[in-house]
Amino acid sequence: MTTINSSKEIQKNNSEVNEKHDDFRMFGLITFLIADGMTFAGFFAAYLTYKAVNPLPDGAIYELELPIPTLNTILLLVSSATFHKAGKALLKDKNPDAQKWLFCTAFLGIIFLICQLFEYFHLPFGLTDNLFASTFYALTGFHGLHVTLGTLMILIIAWQSRINGGRVTSQNMFPLEAVELYWHFVDGIWVILFIILYLL
Amino acid sequence: MTISIDPQKTNNESLQPKGWLRYFSFSLDHKVIGIQYLVCGFLFYLIGGTLASAIRIELASPMSDFMPRDVYNQVLTLHGTIMIFLWIVPVVNGAFGNYLIPFYVGARDMAFPRLNAVAFWLIPPSGLMLVASYFVEGAAQAGWTAYPPLSITTPQSGQIIWIMSVLLLGGSSIFGGINFIATIIKLRRPGLKLMQLPMYCWAMLGTSILVVLSTPVLAGTLILLSFDIIANTGFFNPVLGGNVVVYQHLFWFYSHPAVYIMVLPAFGLVSEILPVHARKPLFGYTTMVFSIMGIVVLGLVVWAHHMFTSGTPPWMRLFFTIATAFIAVPTGIKFFNWVATLWGGKISINSAMLFSCGFIINFVFGGITGVALAQVPFDIHVHDTYFVVAHFHYIVYGGTVFIIFSSIYHWFPKVTGKMLNEKLGILHFIITFIGFNLCFAPQHWLGLNGMPRRVAEYDPQFQFVNQISSLGALLMAISTIPFLINIFLSMRNGQVSGDNPWKALTPEWLTSSPPPVENWEGEAPLVEEPYGYGKQFSEQK
Repeated sequence: MTTINSSKEIQKNNSEVNEKHDDFRMFGLITFLIADGMTFAGFFAAYLTYKAVNPLPDGAIYELELPIPTLNTILLLVSSATFHKAGKALLKDKNPDAQKWLFCTAFLGIIFLICQLFEYFHLPFGLTDNLFASTFYALTGFHGLHVTLGTLMILIIAWQSRINGGRVTSQNMFPLEAVELYWHFVDGIWVILFIILYLL
Repeated sequence: MTISIDPQKTNNESLQPKGWLRYFSFSLDHKVIGIQYLVCGFLFYLIGGTLASAIRIELASPMSDFMPRDVYNQVLTLHGTIMIFLWIVPVVNGAFGNYLIPFYVGARDMAFPRLNAVAFWLIPPSGLMLVASYFVEGAAQAGWTAYPPLSITTPQSGQIIWIMSVLLLGGSSIFGGINFIATIIKLRRPGLKLMQLPMYCWAMLGTSILVVLSTPVLAGTLILLSFDIIANTGFFNPVLGGNVVVYQHLFWFYSHPAVYIMVLPAFGLVSEILPVHARKPLFGYTTMVFSIMGIVVLGLVVWAHHMFTSGTPPWMRLFFTIATAFIAVPTGIKFFNWVATLWGGKISINSAMLFSCGFIINFVFGGITGVALAQVPFDIHVHDTYFVVAHFHYIVYGGTVFIIFSSIYHWFPKVTGKMLNEKLGILHFIITFIGFNLCFAPQHWLGLNGMPRRVAEYDPQFQFVNQISSLGALLMAISTIPFLINIFLSMRNGQVSGDNPWKALTPEWLTSSPPPVENWEGEAPLVEEPYGYGKQFSEQK
């Protein structure tokens, strides 16, 4: 049949491709992060709509303190930099350095969560007080869940990048790069959340 | 860096059960997973169909006492949820996508085989959970849309199970979508251009984009709804200051694209089936591709046409009316291309072809009523009446389910190596087609004359038409019998089909039937033109 090309060159190409292919786990991860971002987009849309069309009843407490979230923003931005440092160190086969930077990142993540809990305990409103309070806790809580998962993954990566028997090495950078991308994504979401929730 | 995707390494043949038992194992083979999706979906179709029959029995007389009113609402909810989330979406995406896409891109498996298995194995437990929720005290009874405040105020245990089940199914859908996008964009063999792919790949690419962009929004919405139910927050509860219209916006941002998630793969499948049985190239390949992408873009911006009666401001109504009416353009292009594909072809009248032609007829009807429903004055008149029910079923049953059957007749020889019995197949088509039109065509009349949907009791003047409709539903239920007999008889002792019984040119037919574990012995064949039927003809002359 004419439609089936059986030239040697293409066939050879095929057999190589069929046994191995390029690593596109990163592509899959990016697609997943787009999906995850859409979840946040839905929450943001709901929050902005409530803000526009559902004004709070008189006397409802609405003021948010800025210092803690500002500190949290700085923490997350710094943690992005430390994570980047970890990747650089691992690429140069300096595993102990990479581990230090990873622990540093995880530490910043934990501080972030502690600050968030501190903020929760000192806010004058609870989850069911009013619509704004519910949306506030839903948004920051969902983001905090992401930070928690990210911190756990960073700790696992740090454990896996130990020198003897660790699976994350300069030859196998994918786990580190994947978590790094995820961490930057969570950072970016926080910045948007910070602007929408606290500054707007 | 490269990864080995040799299925023999990932799948370890010697450890896998042989024969049909492997369909009950955690297989990573895309063909096995595809069949698992299909069979699992079909079992849920039987459950959902039984529920539909119960609804039609209830509606056969105006004041029927066939079931209590709350049970009627539960049956209605379960019917909708099962048919959408457990039958059509998994089958038309997961089953045929998994089976065909790796063949079409020239790969030995999907891009992420393990993720693929995870995506399938989320379905049976969550489906069983959904069905089991019926036996919990107070199953979900707020309809498949679960609009608050109804979903907040009705008994809650069933509604929570409903939400969890739909969340899991959404996760399954997203994992599948990621896998399809990666497979189609990244896993193509070198030299296979995007514009050489069979149409079904394009349809699945468009569908997966819709899945990835819209399903997470539904997940977020349902999480908020579950907070409303469990934690007594007020996101969607007007009593606590919430806003039900926000729920509708977020819900329809997923659920309108969901209609395209259900029907775009069917477009792709019919574009594969028609050229084979008409022995003609697909007419207007490029326009077909661009119309799919047009449908994807427009499908994402028309959700509010479901909410014309929810106090939508006039400027919004105008925008959503125009955008919705515009979808008729790419859809019309596809319809005319299918007709042009049939035009002057050497059409063989078999079950697959009949179901595809039935699809085209039904879909035109459903599409035209859809354009009518996009117009605000008309929509306000027939909103929440049986007209909407009829329109929706013409798209989803008359469109997608007809194509599912057509595809089963078309690809059965590929999967099993046996032909299906054509006489039983044609009988199946005739009963289904008559039953379907008898059931849903009269419902347009009911809706125009003001019978509301989701009611158990109605005005006696609608009785005769409702009985015709119930008769049609009975025929549809009966039509499953020749189909099931056909499947079981043909699997056991059907006529041996050979590798390529339809003399098709798409890549899945260029291997043995049923295909080996790695899809091809040796190198995969490269098909430059999957629809080069005309050329083959002229060369034979």
